Amino acid sequence: MSDNLKVVENATCTFCGCVCDDMNLTVDVDEHRITKAENACILGKAWFREHGIEQRPFALIDGHEATTEAGVEEAAQILARARFPMIYGLSDTTCEAQRVAVGLADMLGGTIDTTTSVCHGPSGIAFQGVGESTASLGELKNRADMIVFWGGNPAEAHPRLFSRYAVTPKGMYIPNGRKDRTIVLVDVRRTASTPAADIFVQVKPRSDFEVLWALRALVKGRKVDPSIERRTGVSLAVLEDLVARMKRCNYGAFLFGMGLTMNRGRHFNSAALLALATDLNQFTHWVAKPVRGHGNVTGADNVVSWQTGFPFGVNFSRGYPRFNPGEFTTVDVLARGDADAALIIASDPASNFPKPAIEHLKRIPVIVLDPKATLTSRLARVAFTTATYGINVTGTVYRMDDVALTLRPAFPSPYPSDEQVLTAIRDRVRVLLGGNRLPAGAAPIAPAVAAAS
Amino acid sequence: MPEMMTLIGGRTSKQGTSLTHGKLDGEYLEVTSTVEMNVEDMARLGLKNGSRVKLRTPEGEAVLKCKGRETKDLPRGILFLAYGPLSSQLMAGDTAGTGMPISKNLDVEVEPVPDQAGP
Amino acid sequence: MGSPLRIVNGRVYDPANGVNGVVRDVCVRDGKIVDDVPPDAKRIDATGLVVMPGGVDIHCHIAGPKVNLARKVQPETHRDDVQLRTRVTRSGTGGTVPSTFATGYRYATLGYTTAMEAAVPPLGARHTLEEFHDTPVIDKGFFVLVGNNLLLYRLLQEGRLEEFRHALAWWLTVTKAYAPKLVNPGGDEMWKGQRNANITALDDKIGAFDLTPRRVIAAFIEAANALGLPHPVHIHCNNLGHTGNVETTLETMRLAEGRRAHMAHIQFHSYGAVAGKSRSNPTSRARDIAEYVNTHPNISADVGAVMFGHSTSMTADAPLAYMLYRIAGGKWVNADTENESGCGIVPFTYQDQVYTNALQWAIGLELFLLSEDPWRMVFSTDHPNGGSFMTYPRLIRLLMDSEFRKQQMAQVNQKALDHTSLRDLQGREYSLYEIAIITRAGPARLLGLTAKGHLGVGADADITLYEEDDDKEKMFAAPRYVIKDGELIVEDHEFRDDHGGRVLHVAPAYDAKIEQVIEPFFEDYYTIRFANYAVDDRYLSHHQVIPTAAPAAAATPAGAARP
Repeated sequence: MSDNLKVVENATCTFCGCVCDDMNLTVDVDEHRITKAENACILGKAWFREHGIEQRPFALIDGHEATTEAGVEEAAQILARARFPMIYGLSDTTCEAQRVAVGLADMLGGTIDTTTSVCHGPSGIAFQGVGESTASLGELKNRADMIVFWGGNPAEAHPRLFSRYAVTPKGMYIPNGRKDRTIVLVDVRRTASTPAADIFVQVKPRSDFEVLWALRALVKGRKVDPSIERRTGVSLAVLEDLVARMKRCNYGAFLFGMGLTMNRGRHFNSAALLALATDLNQFTHWVAKPVRGHGNVTGADNVVSWQTGFPFGVNFSRGYPRFNPGEFTTVDVLARGDADAALIIASDPASNFPKPAIEHLKRIPVIVLDPKATLTSRLARVAFTTATYGINVTGTVYRMDDVALTLRPAFPSPYPSDEQVLTAIRDRVRVLLGGNRLPAGAAPIAPAVAAAS
Repeated sequence: MPEMMTLIGGRTSKQGTSLTHGKLDGEYLEVTSTVEMNVEDMARLGLKNGSRVKLRTPEGEAVLKCKGRETKDLPRGILFLAYGPLSSQLMAGDTAGTGMPISKNLDVEVEPVPDQAGP
Repeated sequence: MGSPLRIVNGRVYDPANGVNGVVRDVCVRDGKIVDDVPPDAKRIDATGLVVMPGGVDIHCHIAGPKVNLARKVQPETHRDDVQLRTRVTRSGTGGTVPSTFATGYRYATLGYTTAMEAAVPPLGARHTLEEFHDTPVIDKGFFVLVGNNLLLYRLLQEGRLEEFRHALAWWLTVTKAYAPKLVNPGGDEMWKGQRNANITALDDKIGAFDLTPRRVIAAFIEAANALGLPHPVHIHCNNLGHTGNVETTLETMRLAEGRRAHMAHIQFHSYGAVAGKSRSNPTSRARDIAEYVNTHPNISADVGAVMFGHSTSMTADAPLAYMLYRIAGGKWVNADTENESGCGIVPFTYQDQVYTNALQWAIGLELFLLSEDPWRMVFSTDHPNGGSFMTYPRLIRLLMDSEFRKQQMAQVNQKALDHTSLRDLQGREYSLYEIAIITRAGPARLLGLTAKGHLGVGADADITLYEEDDDKEKMFAAPRYVIKDGELIVEDHEFRDDHGGRVLHVAPAYDAKIEQVIEPFFEDYYTIRFANYAVDDRYLSHHQVIPTAAPAAAATPAGAARP
């Protein structure tokens, strides 16, 4: 450690969707590393500790060291030649980079998708179907006297959800913090989160939908058969008690995880929960919030939505945005073998996608932007090393509750940002294509004659 | 004879902290290649902590180390595995038109692996 | 800023300068209207064309957190209404809540060059400015929601009026807002804090606060006037949409006591009740509202007309949205913002045979036709609440063409018309000059935008050239030329260039000591750090600070992040 230390106050941690902005970072300026991250959770501490400057090539082309500029040229050539380019990732980068990526997809007539499709994508689909009553996290802190966690393990995946936002903090109308709240946890197994709950409801695997639907029926005053217990593992008495508490509280909140979305029923599960929260508003105030994973996955949803009208899985091949999950989502595009090139930004599908999708990635030219080496960068034709957002570069990120924050970087990186690399690729592609690519048949010179000949 | 169980994929804080360090070595690979299993199931299958099991789905298979959990924490017939390269091997590409592959509550065949056969 | 340009032989409508359909040249250089340009300047032959300043939308919902939720929740409306990319412009999707690019381009293709987003919670300012960055061509600003702000409530409750004013100025400045906005004052606190209750009258107590909407509204009118803002406090009254709400609206206007106040989408606040009945269908009280506005020059309003067809109700008035959801069924979005606001979104269809919808449509027209001062009763549909901005050409035709209006009236619920004076107003038709006032010169003047809404020397060169046509809907739907900041954006109905547009905002001065009052509140009740709250200049790119009468703040405040 050197003596050249500085402190960056009120920095933002982008590891998970909590995006806590109260980090006080001690930076060893000479060593290019963060030696202390005050207020960070265990995940945040690791995030800050492990992102020093590694000695990596600026770019690798077919495994050979290259400059960023040479990588940009190669990447632009690959993308401009491709007939079905797929752009994917984007949840661990800034909105500024995401914005350029969507523009590049539009220019190419390609497809863009984010890690949302394999995270809370089904909740996005559910939202499109039924809407959502939701809130910024401060409302939970200030008002929520009942919180139901469903299908998630925040103690391990979002540790400060409990301590900073939802369970223990004191708020305007919750003067005693934890004591003023009823905490319910619903899951198929006991986890590190279970001890935080006053009431633990253990449901049988694959029965979340049935439990949620039974709760909806009870909220509306309908009868539910006691055989619900055989199907779901939860007794009618427990459900009735829950409903009574839900109607009695002043401000209730559901925080739900991928136990609902990555499971049989997917968007039906999320929609059932969102609809339950909506129904409860006839009696008292209720909100629901998907607990989002990556640091800026919520920003990705927002950027793709405001630019295209759709949150993820968007195809531009006809000259305008089209949305169709299952068709334009990455796992499907790859598993079907459709894409003929892929641009992956800040994501590692080769280590968490289903096997058939990974197999296709190995067959096509892949371009990767990542601060670290990953399984995906290993199989890439062009692999860029980029600076880490929030640690080396500034920009905008959205917390899981859609609150936008500006990052305060701790120390500079020799590597370019994702935004810079993507902008350079886009500008080069624009030259190669002569502007935005128009879909075939979009502007025929003499339509009738051309068709006849 | 292999036996059918239900596999739940998920996150853990160790998986989270180790992936930040780097995904190509060390703790991350250790964490994502260990499956949690109910202790009674393990006893019945003759498995101890650290024993190897092979999980198989129609899509693929993976050999993992197992670790016991009490029944109150993890019911019989349920397995838990942190997401990573090995959980990927078991997942199918079909998303039922949603974009989301199934990674929780997968039906898997479980088969003990004799010690010498382990990787 | 483009090469010099001379528009010749056009019939010019420039009400701010008293020009009523005179054929004369308009010269442009460096993005501004000038006296003259060199003889070799590019010329546009505007023979047969009507020349007007670019349109100014004083109240619409086009960017920010609630708008993006409204986009996301209606994929079905994007599918069949797409915006194709061209070599120079981006693609997008439409419906009543278009994507950002489609919003900018579509406003431009109607001849609009400025639009004000009317409701942004302070915590959503950064998001709104990010969307503005991707909203091309038009200049834009936003009104920041302050009428349900709990710190401001505390200061007011404790009678700390000077600090209240400084805090208001601080909020306007650090969020880069254009004007303060009140929405159903007190309503969100009742909704979030009192089991989904609402405010029903100006003297209701606001939840746990020792305050009433009456006191809150009066305080904001006072403070906004004292700050010398270019646009006064912009008020969405209590009881929007409720039968009999006219009394609340009139009382609210009286609270101004001669000081400036702007009443938003006043059509939605002009409903009477049948005498002697506690629950009844609404009736029209447009005459009472129009008369009050006509005789009180301190008051201005935008109409918030309803147009039949698809709309999206999106509002900071969360209890209102829930009421609409209970009527309409279907989807409902609610979004609470800590310490600042509520929000509700409901896709909604106005139907000509439904009594209430037909009544609302008629009241909007009545208000226009009864107005005696077009400079103070200006054009809006509260896009997309009363209808999309894409319906503006049709609304213009309804005002200009009484025969067309008569045909349309024949098709709506007649019982509703019985409760209005619309049939008595057949003789009234708007002229092109008046249309230029309610869609351009008037809104610009009410907003305090001295360089907009007119074609005098020094004005921004935002110009629209329409082809004269008896069918005014057709005429206003597709200008042949649109010039923004002196650049030719639309030529012969085609996009020739892309353009960024500017962010318009204010920066009223405040005593820096007010941050010592605000910061502790943040530590206790917000979940973001005070230091990370102020929006820094990097979100503005092209922007313009519109001066206040009081001296403007000199610099970005100390709390702002400086990356």
